Amino acid sequence: MSDVVTVEDATSATKLRKDPLYADRVRVYPKLVKGTFRRLKWIALVMLLGIYYGAAWIRWDRGPDAPDQAFLIDIVGRRAYFLWIEIWPQELYFLMGLLIVAALALFLVTSLAGRVWCGYACPQTVWTDLFMWVERKIEGDRAARIRLDKGPLTAGKAARKVAKHVAWLVIAVLTGGAWIMYFNDAPTVVPAFFTGEAGWKVYLFVALFTATTYTLAGWAREQVCTYMCPWPRFQAAMFDEDTLIVTYEKWRGEPRAFHKKGQSWEGRGDCVDCNQCVAVCPVGIDIRDGQQLECISCALCIDACNDVMAKVGRPGNLITYDTERRQHDSAQGTTRPYRLVRPRTAIYSLLLASVACLVGWGLITRSSLDINILHDRSPLFVKLSDGSIRNGYTLKVLNKRREDRMLEFSVAGIDPEQLQILGPDATGVEDFTLHAAPDTVTTYQVYIALPDGTFDPSGEEFSIEVRDVDGNELAASKTVFRGPE
Amino acid sequence: MPTKAEKDKYSGTEIRDHEWDGIRELNTPLPKWWVYVFAATIIWSIGYFAFFPFLPGQGVGFFGKNQRIALSEDIAAAQAAQARFVDGIAAASYEEIQADAELFNFSITGGRAAFADNCAPCHGGGGAGRPGFPVLADDDWLWGGTVEEIAYSINHGIRNESPDSRFSEMPAFEGVLGDEEVDDIVAFVDSLSGLPHDADAAVRGATGYADNCASCHGDQGLGLRELGAPRLSDQIWLYSSNSEEIASQILRPKHGVMPAWQGRVNETTVKMLTLYVHSLGGGE
Repeated sequence: MSDVVTVEDATSATKLRKDPLYADRVRVYPKLVKGTFRRLKWIALVMLLGIYYGAAWIRWDRGPDAPDQAFLIDIVGRRAYFLWIEIWPQELYFLMGLLIVAALALFLVTSLAGRVWCGYACPQTVWTDLFMWVERKIEGDRAARIRLDKGPLTAGKAARKVAKHVAWLVIAVLTGGAWIMYFNDAPTVVPAFFTGEAGWKVYLFVALFTATTYTLAGWAREQVCTYMCPWPRFQAAMFDEDTLIVTYEKWRGEPRAFHKKGQSWEGRGDCVDCNQCVAVCPVGIDIRDGQQLECISCALCIDACNDVMAKVGRPGNLITYDTERRQHDSAQGTTRPYRLVRPRTAIYSLLLASVACLVGWGLITRSSLDINILHDRSPLFVKLSDGSIRNGYTLKVLNKRREDRMLEFSVAGIDPEQLQILGPDATGVEDFTLHAAPDTVTTYQVYIALPDGTFDPSGEEFSIEVRDVDGNELAASKTVFRGPE
Repeated sequence: MPTKAEKDKYSGTEIRDHEWDGIRELNTPLPKWWVYVFAATIIWSIGYFAFFPFLPGQGVGFFGKNQRIALSEDIAAAQAAQARFVDGIAAASYEEIQADAELFNFSITGGRAAFADNCAPCHGGGGAGRPGFPVLADDDWLWGGTVEEIAYSINHGIRNESPDSRFSEMPAFEGVLGDEEVDDIVAFVDSLSGLPHDADAAVRGATGYADNCASCHGDQGLGLRELGAPRLSDQIWLYSSNSEEIASQILRPKHGVMPAWQGRVNETTVKMLTLYVHSLGGGE
């Protein structure tokens, strides 16, 4: 490695914007950088893309009547499968719980280490990184790309541009294709896709995700983070003085100046104003301007600066992951340890743990039997010949097991004078034993009659209970009995 | 006319020349793209009108279609999709339909829709009934609650001009019975269903009832379905259980009329309606 520091002719995109409102986009040409954080980002990229493209192929045996895909959202069959968990549309709250857990985890990580999500794991970052990698392979690094874009349109330029966009589109199609695999049986839909038998919905969604991937990762890039994404706008609410951020050690770097080999370092800062940190930045900012909304904390400027500091023989980490408080202390010449445990992180952890426990408890104790009761509203009640009042109910029995089940019907809270249950085929149910078909909803009609005057006509509460004949599983639901007031 | 447009000093935008109570307006025209889109929709509508006409008598468009043809094609397609069930119901007896879950469910769903269109205005949604219009969900029937009887009532109706209509008319006793006689009979009728009544009057009324009413309503007020004579011994009252109302019904009886639905709706619909009404909770 040579010890000559090249000075980049780079200005941050924010500075180039003359008018901050509705300004034209200043194209960002991030330079390739090598170092710890770049390596971390490559590892994250390979892992995350591997999970995305590969997870749909994992098989999971659920018996003969159920799909054997580990992760599958079956829209037509109205079931979502996650490993051993099978979720009905009625149980969408599990998904909501999962999203809340994810959001709280994001809050906790952000309060500890800043925008880790943005810098390493966000799909926008990962795919943009992948697209930039392709771009670099075809058009060369920063300087070559700027030259190419400024230069006249030649056959060579056209060829490179076409090659780049074709490569991007191929990745985009694969991305859209992978998305489809989570909504269809992957080994079936992939061959069907290529033989033209996959159905218009599959092609539509592949086209949709191809278009969004190509546009967002190829063209929009940092504009998504700066203008479209709401997260950068409010993630600052999770920040405090003890949050790790990518920061420039101003107290050590300033006053910055170009440095010739052999010159004294007395009376000046360590920053040699080489602009490498700006050249590598994927969002086109100058980290030395301080913390900015655009910064996605990818830490590539740390790698770039460390490289330069090593060459000029100054201590590394002039740009570093550190907290505002520690930086403030460092400027005073003192030091203090990281504060991981703070009210903010404690509260986020507590919330995260409780919601995760709640969702987990819900999943573990998830009943395979459920009932819904709909009180007939037209007519609300019927007067019978003997003067008693009859109410009608639609009883829906949800059997989440893949086997036939016999269930015992009972009511609690009232003593029916008459009780009649009609099955799905309008035949009467004998002995109050219901039959629940496997993995589906079976509907029964229930008629209950009470002598007039023996109940609260504005709504006598009682419950309907359904109990598994073989096991102990019980599903109960409250409803009301009404009469003339 | 101002020769040069006045500009707003803060935004630099042109100010329009009108003013209301000191309030003036900046000239901020619509975005160009919006105007173009608006113009494009107008051009589109002209083409659409020519290609796909909708006015009566406008004929067919350039593709040989108009919206009426398209609608009838859609209806035909829906009917073709339902043909399997409709034909099945037309060919099957009530017992066969009730034994076939698929046909039965189709009948109930179709019957519910037809009921809402044709029957609910009088009988109420779900057969809830209203004063003078019988409840269809209870266990009391004027003319019978078996599928055959219900089908007959729907097909031929009640007290209408059709020759096969169910028919009966209670005579008016105004001028035939004296006021006291009527009051006594009302007391007796009240006693049949356990309504509060004057016991002495009821004893007196028993004779009058036996002479004038029992031939149709039965000795014990059990009614007579052949004549649609209501049961008087139960808790269900077509008009009201109020004594004045009962007296008025004896003196100047009201008679409900129901049209014959044969010919108004097709035979399959009558079958579906019959099964639906039968399933409301009172089917016999």
